Amino acid sequence: MLGHRLSEWCGHGPILEEDIALANIALDLIGQATLLLKLAGEVEGKGRSEDTLAYFREAIDYRNVQMLELPNGDYAFTIVRQFLFDVFSYHLLEELQKSANKELAGIAAKGFKEVRYHVRHSSEWVVRMGDGTEESHMRAQKALDHLWRFTGQMFEADGVDKLLFSERVGADVAAIQPKWRAVVEDVMKRATLTIPNDPPAMTGGRKGRHTEHLGHMLSEMQIVARSHPGAEW
Amino acid sequence: MSSAAATRESILEILAEVKDPELPMIDVVELGIVRDVTFDNGHLTVDITPTYSGCPAMQVIEKEIIASLAAHGFEDARIRTVYSPAWTTDWMTDAAREKLREHGIAPPHLVEVSDGGIAELVSLRRAKPTTQCPFCGSANTVEKSEFGSTACKSIHFCSACHQPFDHFKSF
Repeated sequence: MLGHRLSEWCGHGPILEEDIALANIALDLIGQATLLLKLAGEVEGKGRSEDTLAYFREAIDYRNVQMLELPNGDYAFTIVRQFLFDVFSYHLLEELQKSANKELAGIAAKGFKEVRYHVRHSSEWVVRMGDGTEESHMRAQKALDHLWRFTGQMFEADGVDKLLFSERVGADVAAIQPKWRAVVEDVMKRATLTIPNDPPAMTGGRKGRHTEHLGHMLSEMQIVARSHPGAEW
Repeated sequence: MSSAAATRESILEILAEVKDPELPMIDVVELGIVRDVTFDNGHLTVDITPTYSGCPAMQVIEKEIIASLAAHGFEDARIRTVYSPAWTTDWMTDAAREKLREHGIAPPHLVEVSDGGIAELVSLRRAKPTTQCPFCGSANTVEKSEFGSTACKSIHFCSACHQPFDHFKSF
């Protein structure tokens, strides 16, 4: 989901280095999603491939947190969202390396190394923009204020999550929240940005409830595969 | 060569003909992505591990390994992708590192062990190892971006010879 959103920046980045960085991060994320969806298809055992799961599922069947499907906005919005997600992903993949499922543990170990680079990139930019000019500070703060309401979804565990954790396959996402919060607070302080006091009110992304933006995004992401069923690339 | 006479070493020699499409001076064995070669009742299996999750070179490499083995008489060779342990640039041979340098790409440093603390996540607080310029050897270089022309490279600039250069990231 986020890999696709980031790919929309390709050719539109504010400077060449950032254009390249976001395309690289998008590639890593799409690569990680491919490996995870392939594994999910194998575990399900109904013959669905990673491409079937990515290109032929309806919006309601997606289980992503809503924050990731939101349109990119300005660069501050893209970077603040990236940072909030990267820190979560870093801690999630750190835990999943201990999974009883060896395939999942291996995929997590690989992704973990990639996400270390992503967090460093996004945290650096959050500090640079927050503690930068009046304009960049204002935009970063506005992005944080808007995004904060979505952040609770990353730590919502449903029955499947709880079962996977009890079987030592998945991670305890709720236990990640304090670690995530510590890093976010540290970086926001450096960036002179204020974390909103409001509780993260938006819920339900992991249950298949989405914003109106997901359908529009999927129509673009899925159109080639759906217009040419069976095509290979 | 018939499959009966094949050994692990002879297979590795064949695989050494397969180059990384994005770094054609390096072969897949010295890159460290060939993890094992096994025979089961005469059927050959090559274990490889991806470099980066989304590296587009991996699909090309798989096809070329299959083609190269087929050309040497191993038509039914199989590739198995293994993810654990995860690939690290520490597996790259010294010869491969030297070839990178000769081609203007600064080779990777040894991978730092993660301390798991917040400091390693926030770049501005990290002391980084010096990357030597592959052209003039100067240590007076600056990192321009941790993301470069491919997933595995970062962009640097040499303040001594004023030449931009790629660095194969320590990963």
